[in-house]
Amino acid sequence: MHDFTPISALIGGAMIGVASVWLLAANGRIAGVSGILHGFVTPLAAPDVPWRAWFIAGLLAAGLAWQGFAGPVIARESLPLGWVAAAGLLVGFGTRMGGGCTSGHGVCGLGRLSARSLVAVIVFMGTGMIATYGVRHALGVAS
Amino acid sequence: MSALWSALGAGFVFGLGLWVSGMANPKKVLGFLDVTGQWDASLMLVMGGAVVVTVVGFRLVSSLNTPVFESKFELPSRKDIDIPLVAGAGIFGIGWGIGGYCPGPALTAFSTLSAEAIVFVAAMIAGGVLHKLVTRA
Repeated sequence: MHDFTPISALIGGAMIGVASVWLLAANGRIAGVSGILHGFVTPLAAPDVPWRAWFIAGLLAAGLAWQGFAGPVIARESLPLGWVAAAGLLVGFGTRMGGGCTSGHGVCGLGRLSARSLVAVIVFMGTGMIATYGVRHALGVAS
Repeated sequence: MSALWSALGAGFVFGLGLWVSGMANPKKVLGFLDVTGQWDASLMLVMGGAVVVTVVGFRLVSSLNTPVFESKFELPSRKDIDIPLVAGAGIFGIGWGIGGYCPGPALTAFSTLSAEAIVFVAAMIAGGVLHKLVTRA
């Protein structure tokens, strides 16, 4: 086992869970980040936009606060930007086609005991592992 | 207005959780997905820790008639397992496994203004818009 950090993983995971319960209890919304972002970029109705903008602002503020606390984050520069762009396109397209990502299907869907979400999580974990193997080991791209 | 401050706070705690847990670090994520390399199981515990909280917390929330700051709950109603669900999750996983970013970590990492976070988020938004265009046609 390499770089195993169980304590920070559990604490950080619990914080993600608390934030998801908070958003549901207070705002009545599922904390699925791909859906929140997509609904902000391509809104169906104007009143639906502000809470999304503020949630996203919270995510960004957390990044700034973390860097204020832990120091500047050293960016990974190993993965060529062409691969980064391809990855982003696939994540954006796939999460909209599948109706969720690690947060919507993973954290929230599993929390709601949704069979749809369980299937999605098994599939994206599986293809994620295959893609990482393919890029890192079969193609030898540093990521 | 309270609802917006609430959304901001939820996003902030969510984002901090991503940094504390290591999810916001794509190398850490790929260390988890790289099961044939030097495997780092930490992210299993991130998901596990989060889901334990949501399973219990969502149960408690279900006793509320309405959310605190809104008039009703907006919950997914679908239960069917169809081709777009499986294909979409599969495509998402491939992108995740290439880049090490899923949407939440990518957005909070955007705050670092690193070239890769900017490129990833722009491409991710484009991918979502592309899906909307394709499915409308």
